[in-house]
Amino acid sequence: MTSRRIFLKNGAFALVSLGFAPSFLTRTAFAAGATTRSKRLIAIFQRGAVDGLSVVVPFGDNEYYRSRPSIAIPRPNSGDMSAVDLNGFFGFNPRLQPLKSLWDARQLAIVHACGSPDNTRSHFDAQDYMETATPGVKSTSDGWLNRYLQARHVEAATPFRAVALTQQLPRMLQGIAPALAVNQIGQFGIRAGQASDAIGASFEAEFAAAADQVLNNTGREAFDAIKMLKIADPSKYRPENGAAYPRTPFGQALQQIAQLSKADVGLEVAFADLGGWDTHVNQGSGQGQLATRLDDFGRGLAALVTDLGDRMEDTVVLTMSEFGRAVNENGNRGTDHGHGNAMIAIGGGIRGGHVYGKWPGLAVGQRYEGRDLAVTTDFRDVFGEIVVRHLGVEDARSIFPGYNLQAAKFPGLFA
Amino acid sequence: MRSDPFKTACMGGLAATVLLVAGRQQSSAATVPNDEKTIVHVLNRIGFGPRPGDVETIRATGLQAYIEQQLRPDRISDASTEARLSGFPTLRMNSRELSDQYERPAMEARRQQQAAKGGNLADPGSAASPQMPDPVQQRANRVIVELSEQKMLRAAYSERQLQEVLTDFWFNHFNVDARKGPDRFLLTEYERDTIRPHVLGKFRDLLEATAKSPAMLFYLDNWMSVDPNGPHPVGQVQRGGFGRGGFGRGGFAFPPTPPRPANAQQNRPKGLNENYGRELMELHTLGVDGGYTQRDVTEVARAFTGWTIQNPRLGGEFKFDARLHDPGQKVVLGHVITGGGQNDGEQVLDILAKHPSTAHFIATALVRRFVSDTPPPALVGRVAARFLDTGGDLREVMRTLLTSHEFLSPDAYRAKVKTPFEFVVSAVRATAADVQEATSLVRTMQQLGMPLYMCQPPTGYKDTADAWVNTGALVSRMNFALQLAGNKLPGITVSSHPAAEGGPGGPGGPGGDDIVSTVLNDDVSETTRATIAKATTTEQMTALTLGSPEFQRR
Repeated sequence: MTSRRIFLKNGAFALVSLGFAPSFLTRTAFAAGATTRSKRLIAIFQRGAVDGLSVVVPFGDNEYYRSRPSIAIPRPNSGDMSAVDLNGFFGFNPRLQPLKSLWDARQLAIVHACGSPDNTRSHFDAQDYMETATPGVKSTSDGWLNRYLQARHVEAATPFRAVALTQQLPRMLQGIAPALAVNQIGQFGIRAGQASDAIGASFEAEFAAAADQVLNNTGREAFDAIKMLKIADPSKYRPENGAAYPRTPFGQALQQIAQLSKADVGLEVAFADLGGWDTHVNQGSGQGQLATRLDDFGRGLAALVTDLGDRMEDTVVLTMSEFGRAVNENGNRGTDHGHGNAMIAIGGGIRGGHVYGKWPGLAVGQRYEGRDLAVTTDFRDVFGEIVVRHLGVEDARSIFPGYNLQAAKFPGLFA
Repeated sequence: MRSDPFKTACMGGLAATVLLVAGRQQSSAATVPNDEKTIVHVLNRIGFGPRPGDVETIRATGLQAYIEQQLRPDRISDASTEARLSGFPTLRMNSRELSDQYERPAMEARRQQQAAKGGNLADPGSAASPQMPDPVQQRANRVIVELSEQKMLRAAYSERQLQEVLTDFWFNHFNVDARKGPDRFLLTEYERDTIRPHVLGKFRDLLEATAKSPAMLFYLDNWMSVDPNGPHPVGQVQRGGFGRGGFGRGGFAFPPTPPRPANAQQNRPKGLNENYGRELMELHTLGVDGGYTQRDVTEVARAFTGWTIQNPRLGGEFKFDARLHDPGQKVVLGHVITGGGQNDGEQVLDILAKHPSTAHFIATALVRRFVSDTPPPALVGRVAARFLDTGGDLREVMRTLLTSHEFLSPDAYRAKVKTPFEFVVSAVRATAADVQEATSLVRTMQQLGMPLYMCQPPTGYKDTADAWVNTGALVSRMNFALQLAGNKLPGITVSSHPAAEGGPGGPGGPGGDDIVSTVLNDDVSETTRATIAKATTTEQMTALTLGSPEFQRR
């Protein structure tokens, strides 16, 4: 059994038998014996609106080259910096070469011309809409991933069920279901120098004695989490299978997600984000500003997938960005805020090696408001398909309020 | 009108005094007791918690008198707080001055930087793009930094505790996020002139002030909501730049607002924008179940077309622009509005401010804040009735609430979990900490998941325990307690630990009992008492007190 092997490998199982393990770890260990391991979703947000037309390049659409005289990615096989052919029409940005093997192995799929029905071109509002999954409605108080956590109640949920590797909890994970934001998992704990352990034990005793059930429970979970991370000892982590994470904040965030995944601490939803995509000026092509960001992005994702190895069978990695960028390049060799964009989904269960969604074309008459890539797939249909077919929620209506989620509209990422 | 903020606050107070008919209490009011436990309770609710000595002071004059005094902030001298704020020049500037002195130089510097380097602009949507330290941009950040420090300092030190609690409450009710567009340069004026002067005044005045504030006009997009059918010279309103606001995350790493790209055409005002119309009813007045329809949302949005901003990028003021206004007839909640012009919006505000749903919605929110996460319906009913009877006189509404037996009942005692803001400020007050620099407190607010002035949704921060009790935040609270008690926060000194005041600390010494008595009203579990008593230093005693489960409630 896969799950058993993982427990033995990471050593946590041994601690369970010795009676030293935190209470929730015992619960997961038992749960793992009884049922299949839970599915995982790793959500990656590219904040600032990445230019999807430079990420997954429609080199087969001549309008692309007409619209972008100085920043288009050249057609495949036309030099070092040309697009990496995927299917004869679309190609990866050359800096996403590290992801090509996943495409070839049919573990990576793309949904193009995907986005929001709302026409906002404000980063602020569009990120809000994507994270709440209620485009056009600003007052939604919680994020869609939190509503997923609410919809699928887990009896033995651990403090690590939903973790954002960010300073603050992203909107997507905000809500009444517990979710943890932790920038550096190695620094999660009571910090009192040499007295840390003693002080931690004192706080733990106070909370354990609290008649106040809310604080009592949360206190116990907090100290469980601290102990678990101490056992996991992030400083000693070594990626497997030769995975090489970029030495960037994004790379480090992904490495920590892999680490939590492998520690079998009940991780179900993980979140990381990275910025630098708002390329209004000197965007570059196969090299330059955008390419440098994509290098970090591509190498990070490739390392994560490599490191997770066979755990990718239960995992989906999904990338997203609030909107795409205008089809025409602007007067500063950059691109302005647009509409439709590309999402990337990676995982064992994904029917990869395919670009999903209807391609609307880039000619002026085919564009959204005459300037942007039109949206042919509502991003909620991508989220919805993952929630239903990967995470196994039967009734996802509460996760997507105000939206008539229909399997018929799903892009078809899963068999 | 631009005016001295303190004068404005004063005038607001005077106006409210004139409007106040009588200070008599409702018949259902309880007699306010004067015991220690009730005093602590009240200090935790109408203020940010007791300081050492507060309970004794209030017991001498009587709790009822204290509550009455707090309902009259204009009569309370607060010179020492103002002295603490004297080093923050931006607090006394209007939005125009802030734009001239901070926003525009930053924009200009970026323009020059861009021209010199030919490089890309900083990424306004970036989560992690490294920002080079830039003196001009840092200077621009002073505006929100000073505003944030001010909020911490007022909450911690102001003698007008109720006014500060209510300023926090009403700002949150009419939330605006500093990260949207130029709002980070507009919130100084918004809080000072739009919110604070009205928190014990008439609700209708507060509502109108927010409706006309550039901060709100930007935040909920009304400034670019125009009549789609009108023969209007729309081009003239596009000059300010739309939706170009930085979307930064966390703290002072504010991405500077980039200048507009030469050919950017995004977010042209093409027509009606319903954002404000919807949130005005859903969040500001009627509540989501308040009995309005989508039709009403559209009609309200039509009424507010033309409510925009003069010189939007230059700290401009509210203006009504008839060229953008839809002059046709509107029907809002069954009321027919004719005539067109600015008065259409004013009529909508009248209708909403008088509506029973608004009274109920506001009463519920206030009772939730001051009494319990599950507001007692009878009290909500009485507070709502007082709201309607007094024409939305918020001082009378508060008096009814604060003298109710539900507010003063044992059921309400420690019924609320402190929000991160309440927790941090109450810890500063409990330890009588001297805050010379509040930036570390502002940073703590980010770590606790409640960054000041940066609540993204217009709902504001939640006011119930479920939003604030979670694993990561709890650990952060304990670490804050350790840092504060151990004097590890730059610019903040805790010199007299409550534990050390009554006698020597240390194992078995009286220090533990002393701090439990001073800070936690002697009301803790035996384990908490024993754990604190066992601590080896007074700093640890203080930390174990502030981080205890008992201190997380108010």
